[in-house]
Amino acid sequence: MSTAAQDLRQSPLRDRHTAAGAKLVPFAGWEMPVQYEGVRAEHVNVRATAGMFDVSHMGEVRTSGPQAEDLLQRLLSNDLSKLAEDGAQYSVLCNEDGGVLDDLFTYRLDDGAFLTVTNASNHERDRDWMAGHAEGFEATVEDAAARYAMLAVQGPMARGAVEAITGGALPKRMRTATLEVAGGETLVCGTGYTGEDGVELLMPPAHAVAVWDALLAEGVKPAGLGARDTLRLEACFHLYGNDLSVERNPIEAGLGWICKLDTQFIGSEALEGVEPEQTLVPFAFTGPGIPRQGNAVSTAAGPGEVTSGTLSPCLNTGVGLAYVPKGAAEPGTAIEVDVRGKPRAAVVRERPLYAKQPARPAAHDPDSPPKKES
Amino acid sequence: MAETYPEDLKYHPEHDWTRIEGEEATFGITWYAQDALGEVVFYDPPAVGATVSKDQPYTEVESVKAVSDVFAPLSGEITAVNDKLSDSPELINSDPYGDGWLVKVKLSDTAELESLLDVNAYKGLLSS
Repeated sequence: MSTAAQDLRQSPLRDRHTAAGAKLVPFAGWEMPVQYEGVRAEHVNVRATAGMFDVSHMGEVRTSGPQAEDLLQRLLSNDLSKLAEDGAQYSVLCNEDGGVLDDLFTYRLDDGAFLTVTNASNHERDRDWMAGHAEGFEATVEDAAARYAMLAVQGPMARGAVEAITGGALPKRMRTATLEVAGGETLVCGTGYTGEDGVELLMPPAHAVAVWDALLAEGVKPAGLGARDTLRLEACFHLYGNDLSVERNPIEAGLGWICKLDTQFIGSEALEGVEPEQTLVPFAFTGPGIPRQGNAVSTAAGPGEVTSGTLSPCLNTGVGLAYVPKGAAEPGTAIEVDVRGKPRAAVVRERPLYAKQPARPAAHDPDSPPKKES
Repeated sequence: MAETYPEDLKYHPEHDWTRIEGEEATFGITWYAQDALGEVVFYDPPAVGATVSKDQPYTEVESVKAVSDVFAPLSGEITAVNDKLSDSPELINSDPYGDGWLVKVKLSDTAELESLLDVNAYKGLLSS
């Protein structure tokens, strides 16, 4: 065990995790905290107050130069020309067949360069793919992973806590700003992957401990990768390796909205006119049991497969994402999941499975005027 | 609860314990097993009357993240299951040797007992 652990890459926050009682596990070549006090408690805490996730295992690729945008327009599925200055954009990276190599956020930085955040397990492949397609473009693709530690601060009280240690106003949702956080320059991004409000912080690894300690002092509790997974699943966000793979295209994964085929990104030709037989849907169990990745699904329209499953800490029932035939994709459709030999009843649901609660003070304040629905 | 391994129990290397009373035995998982698994959120008991075989999985416990097989330390037939766990699977974490027991089994071969570990041997396994 100890020899294998030595080969794993360590976050600059490792000692802080140990001090907080983390259970550290190997994850995509890193040793990362999967939980502290417990997945369920950490999950609920993020929904109710604020939690922070060390996601320093995630990679970064920096693309710069006069034709950086043209190169990324060729590589990424979304329309880079719509990415505002200091903006954030979600997209997928596809191969020529339209198979998904990764799903990623790209930030347009104030120096004109772009920073693309990769999944740890795909980082080297993404970097090599991006650099390998840079020929003919006046653009430089750099591996910037070693320059950043990354913290996701999420939950209804996350922004307030980060604001308290930051000089300057936080960026809005899907915007970024370079700000002084806990005394050091930090790229603050109005993004996250939990379905809650919050920010993601990218800072030099040497500054990560200062930010962590300052957030702890503001009452933000650590949350592990276990809770990050259950939170993203309740929000119906995709996880690469589960819901996305080279075997699946973004259209069947329900990511057609980030695929702007007219930008002619690599893979767009293969996706032109694609009418997938299956589509990714959220579902919830109507009785006992917990669905898991790989469970077979039966529907009136044919078979399917679970790609993510868990017990939802907020709904207290088994939930998941599954590829099902188009004819069984309508919310309300009854389906059955084979959980290791036990048939479990489920129903296709609308996304998200769990929606962020509206801000409470206004709703509960008897003196405030009735809210106008827009 | 704190890490404990009662002296009156016998242990299986797959982190199961058994309490022997004549030809009947109670099975459960050890403190180490429940700690490694994390908070147990789902447990679907096996059927009374089902046969269990030593070293073979006979049921599963589930945390939010994972499913774990539970191995039978001895062979026999299930005579009772802990129904309380369907509603309160967290008892497996809070009281693994008491209210968190899993099944009672009528043993088919008491000679198998000799292969189990006593508390010191099991603790030795954990620290190796």
